[in-house]
Amino acid sequence: MSNILLTTPAAPPVDAATRPTPRRSGRKIPGGGMLLGALVPVLLLALWWLVTEVTGTFTAIQLPAPQAVLSAGVGLFESGDLFEHMGISLQRVLIGFGIGAGLGLALGSLLGLSAIADKLLNPTVGAFRAVPSLAWVPLLLLWVGIGEDSKVILIAIGAFFPVFTAIHSALRHVDAQLVEAGRAFGFHGLRLLGTVQLPAVVPSVFSGLRLGLAQAWLFLVAAELLAAAEGLGFLLTESQNNGRTDRLLLAIVLLALLGKLTDTLLGVLERKALKTWA
Amino acid sequence: MISPASTLTPRSAAAPAEASSPLPETASPGRADYTSLDVELSGVGRVFGSRTVLRDVSLRVTPGEVLAILGSSGCGKSTLLRAVGGLDTGNTGEILINGSPVQRYDERTAVGFQEPRLLPWRSIHKNVSLGLPRSLSKAEGRERVDELLELVGLHDRAALRPREISGGMAQRASLARALARRPGVLLLDEPFGALDALTRLKMQDLLLDVHAQTGTTVLLVTHDVDEALQLADRVLLLGQDPADPDPAEGATIARLLSVPGQRPRDRASTELAALRGELFSGLGVDSHSR
Repeated sequence: MSNILLTTPAAPPVDAATRPTPRRSGRKIPGGGMLLGALVPVLLLALWWLVTEVTGTFTAIQLPAPQAVLSAGVGLFESGDLFEHMGISLQRVLIGFGIGAGLGLALGSLLGLSAIADKLLNPTVGAFRAVPSLAWVPLLLLWVGIGEDSKVILIAIGAFFPVFTAIHSALRHVDAQLVEAGRAFGFHGLRLLGTVQLPAVVPSVFSGLRLGLAQAWLFLVAAELLAAAEGLGFLLTESQNNGRTDRLLLAIVLLALLGKLTDTLLGVLERKALKTWA
Repeated sequence: MISPASTLTPRSAAAPAEASSPLPETASPGRADYTSLDVELSGVGRVFGSRTVLRDVSLRVTPGEVLAILGSSGCGKSTLLRAVGGLDTGNTGEILINGSPVQRYDERTAVGFQEPRLLPWRSIHKNVSLGLPRSLSKAEGRERVDELLELVGLHDRAALRPREISGGMAQRASLARALARRPGVLLLDEPFGALDALTRLKMQDLLLDVHAQTGTTVLLVTHDVDEALQLADRVLLLGQDPADPDPAEGATIARLLSVPGQRPRDRASTELAALRGELFSGLGVDSHSR
């Protein structure tokens, strides 16, 4: 025994308190991660340029050159259409996501905390979740019409389920021992919820929100492809009909940028929340 | 029954010092603030489904007493403790604290669980303050938590999160949280069971310090015979009554022994060795004494 201890000095009992807090990466070059992350996009861009401008493998209709896409963007910007398309799409996503995520949080909390509500409502919610969300489109058009409302509702439906599912299952799996400890120290009802249960589910709620946001963008494009007079999804169909592949690619790039931007903002919020709650 | 605080200091100093944070030597929250209540069990039993776990447990725990509840694994020790704290309400018989029946999550009791059960997103200070009674003002609460952290030797760790401290420290924080409401009865459910042997001994000494300073009644569930002998005034051994030729299902009071001697006790005393042998045989373990 003592021999083993003497010959393996590699694992001394480390005092937890003096242990440095673990970081995600040890030594960090400022901006190094960003540079590395930009490597593949730059390579793809170079490849794109190569097969269109240099080798001419693709025609401008099949795959326009990067410069063509850029000048299409400049053209749309000068006519003022660019920001109109982006603005309306962003607005639809934000409103739809706000409504869907809000309802998802509310209903998910209710079903996650109350066993009675869960028994009563979960089969119904489960059945609605089983319906592929796009199947609602004809009904929405019939009931609500081709306005802003039907698009926002569709996006809300898309954002609702990931958020609902995340908070619902997270609340049902909050460490029962912590909840019991809370109760033993006199917490119950809303105080217990705010002290133990909600903080415990913050990480899962944020992953649900991020999924919901991605779904919101997905359903935005679906809604705008089907029936719209403006927006990035409309730009896609219109460009397809006019044979403007350059604008089509531009719309895709813009969707990627906006999607990434909103997800990053949510990520910033998430990191703030995790610092406080986890 | 309660050792004067002055005798504690030398032992604390002689105890093997924990590298980073020595046990507190003098911290006095003031005995007068604490009340110790008596617990009276009459005919307490508990059935889970068709299985009887506990039956006919009747005894009186006097105010300020330390009662160790000992028994083999799964014999209902924790069940009995949870019934006293009102964490479990399905028991038969009657449990009175200070003459009145136990309420759900009874405020006169406080529980220290086997796991620290600290909220990982709160600092140690904020975790301990979870145990404060609602009636306290913010300033009073902060002051009390500071005193308790001093008492359990965690005052310099107050701002850390539970994952940043060791298991033994987390268990001390858990103990401080339980003390924050100044319980009349402190219920400890194998609080040191998950700790390494050395840390466990230090925690036992800490518990004696705390008891000496608060005088609160303690019910301590343990599976460790030596721990029971070191800490308790009396040891309740749950199991089958040896005098009963045809015992029914479920554990009851197999033995109730008074432990002689003032605390802190010599861990190597021969008097305790005899008791240890008796308890081991009561637990069905051969103590290999010659």
